[in-house]
Amino acid sequence: MDIVRDFRDGAQAQKIARAIGELVKQVPDSHRRPLQFMEVCGGHTHSIFRYGLNQLLPDEIEFVHGPGCPVCVLPMGVVDDCVSMAERDNVIFTTFGDAMRVPGSEKSLLQAKADGADVRMVYSPLDALKLAQQNPDKEVVFFGLGFETTMPSTALTVQKAAQMGINNFSLFCNHITIIPTIKAMLDSPDMQLDGFIGPGHVSMIIGTRPYRFIAEDYKRPLVVAGFEPLDIMQSVYMLVKQLVEGRAEIENQYNRIVPEAGNRHALMAINDVFELRPYFEWRGLGSIDHSGVQMREKYAQWDAEKKFDLPRRKIADPDAAQCGEVVKGVLKPHQCKLFGTACTPETPIGALMVSSEGACAAYYNYGSVQIPVSEVTRSRTI
Amino acid sequence: MNQTVEQCRKALQQQWAGQRIHLGHGAGGKQMDELISGVIAPLFGMTGGPLEDAARLDVAGLGPGRLAMTTDGYVVTPLQFPGASIGHLAVNGTVNDLAVSGAQPLYLSCSLIMEEGLAIETLIDILADMAQAAQQAGVQIVTGDTKVVERGHADGLFITTAGVGWIAQGVDLGIHRIQPGDRLLLSGPLGEHGAAILIARGELALESDLHSDCQPLHGLVKAMLDAGEVHAIRDVTRGGLGSVANEFAQGSNLGIVLDEAAIPVPEEVHGFCDVLGLDVLYLANEGKLLAAVAADAADAILAAMRARPEGEQAAVIGEVVEDHAGRVVVRTTFGSHRILDKLVGEQLPRIC
Repeated sequence: MDIVRDFRDGAQAQKIARAIGELVKQVPDSHRRPLQFMEVCGGHTHSIFRYGLNQLLPDEIEFVHGPGCPVCVLPMGVVDDCVSMAERDNVIFTTFGDAMRVPGSEKSLLQAKADGADVRMVYSPLDALKLAQQNPDKEVVFFGLGFETTMPSTALTVQKAAQMGINNFSLFCNHITIIPTIKAMLDSPDMQLDGFIGPGHVSMIIGTRPYRFIAEDYKRPLVVAGFEPLDIMQSVYMLVKQLVEGRAEIENQYNRIVPEAGNRHALMAINDVFELRPYFEWRGLGSIDHSGVQMREKYAQWDAEKKFDLPRRKIADPDAAQCGEVVKGVLKPHQCKLFGTACTPETPIGALMVSSEGACAAYYNYGSVQIPVSEVTRSRTI
Repeated sequence: MNQTVEQCRKALQQQWAGQRIHLGHGAGGKQMDELISGVIAPLFGMTGGPLEDAARLDVAGLGPGRLAMTTDGYVVTPLQFPGASIGHLAVNGTVNDLAVSGAQPLYLSCSLIMEEGLAIETLIDILADMAQAAQQAGVQIVTGDTKVVERGHADGLFITTAGVGWIAQGVDLGIHRIQPGDRLLLSGPLGEHGAAILIARGELALESDLHSDCQPLHGLVKAMLDAGEVHAIRDVTRGGLGSVANEFAQGSNLGIVLDEAAIPVPEEVHGFCDVLGLDVLYLANEGKLLAAVAADAADAILAAMRARPEGEQAAVIGEVVEDHAGRVVVRTTFGSHRILDKLVGEQLPRIC
């Protein structure tokens, strides 16, 4: 199968869009219009804008861009902690690419690097472990972030460090977990979603069962979706079909990758290394119970939080920024007071402007039908 | 491959085997003389007599016209990568800057900043690449400079080349000439150079057959100028097609529409971008150009481009419009539209 050709076929997309247009007319009037479907995952947000999928859908349907960009929900205080470690003389601080630009209260990791800190971009936590082996006189810290998608590789790296006795490696664990966050959003009074496009890569690890409460307790449909544009279009069709038929179920559009039970080996590694934190602070959303993980006591030796004395300051988001409303889908990115004026990809104030998966950066970089071109131009030149 | 340069490369490598650049090679004394007259001058064919402080160039016979001059610094890691080296880049990059201004490239300078410890065999390889690229492009390297900096103060080798060329009377290329209705022609597939370099760094644990597209474009430009009314050309290098298209839009204060389905991208580059979350429209190229041409001349110019190896896969990829002045809009393969802005900072791989 050729992913590029088969899942990015424009004619097919138009066909599905027409089918969705027909089907949506049959959705009972009891549903408010437009129907709002949240794509939880930043990868989906990116695809939607990259291919302009929102423009293909009928006016009765709109996407709400969820909190699933791990870089975007990092609180400023965490970035400050990273900078404080990176600026120590004997530290090599390693991280994934797009985390480098997230603003802290004083500087980003990219700025710390320019100021002389040894900050290195890696493509895998195992690269960081290798650096630790190559630099036995340095302390190598890996900034672990992301949902269950990136958790297994971090867990395996920690296990490997323990097995090999590499003691100059540590993990600054900021991994987060999606289920409590979806629940917190469903409990939020200003939220009126009609369904969810479920994260594909997270589900590859955790399977589809953990989402059941969304259907059973909250009566909302969720379709686990792949990241190609036709995957997303098909998932929207499946969501609308559930609404037409009065169902609220967990369905799996991405079954070529996602097994119902998830990946047992990955889950075992995660469970061995990590345990739930009592709470975790999300940028824009505030503190959510059990939404982050920390390292278990038996791996304390490789835990950067225990190895380093960190500032751990709580930094409030700037008052004018409306990141929280945007993350919850209450505001569209361009309706925020700072969008395109004070907050741009060059000078991001909110983290949603930082990663190309962030809803604001996607709006800014890729424009959108919902914002006429003239409006974008105007808002950026003020 | 040129026999003389190749023979010279081999002979020099035997002679200098195992030796490295040290600070003495930049000190202005005997060792620097040995490097210049023993390595650089023979490879660049500067054997006509004692080396002077400035090259003296005959311009009689070029006919009426204007002089074009450009300069560019070259820094790349690694120095050698599939398909080319910093030597090829240093010649072709400057040749192409002249070519897209409508000039016939004539002479180049070459200034080397070498890091102490650089293997002289590597230096010979790179200078031989420069010599061969210059011969292929029909330009002469006529003057230069060498400096050596302490270990850790440069990344092996930095090269700066300046170039002069001649713009014949009547040739006037520039963004000021772009008109609504102009067609945009791209000379070939995107992203090979950027992807090849990132893979050659070895940090990605990816393997591929991708090669840099580094090549001179002045022959292609000449064929285009002969075929019809060309308004503006830019070589599509760092910052990719997205950056050049934005320069066209902002410089002309007109809108640009790009048709994504028409933009040639090799399948391997597509896959590479998908894996890392990069956008091919911002990936670097070293042998591609974007041209704005009069609508009624587009077919003839396209045919002339396709008749040459550098333009074999050339395509009409968009047009200039009066709407959305100063902005680039991409019509996606899905029939939807999105704005293509200038790149902010470096493209960083996405986390997942």
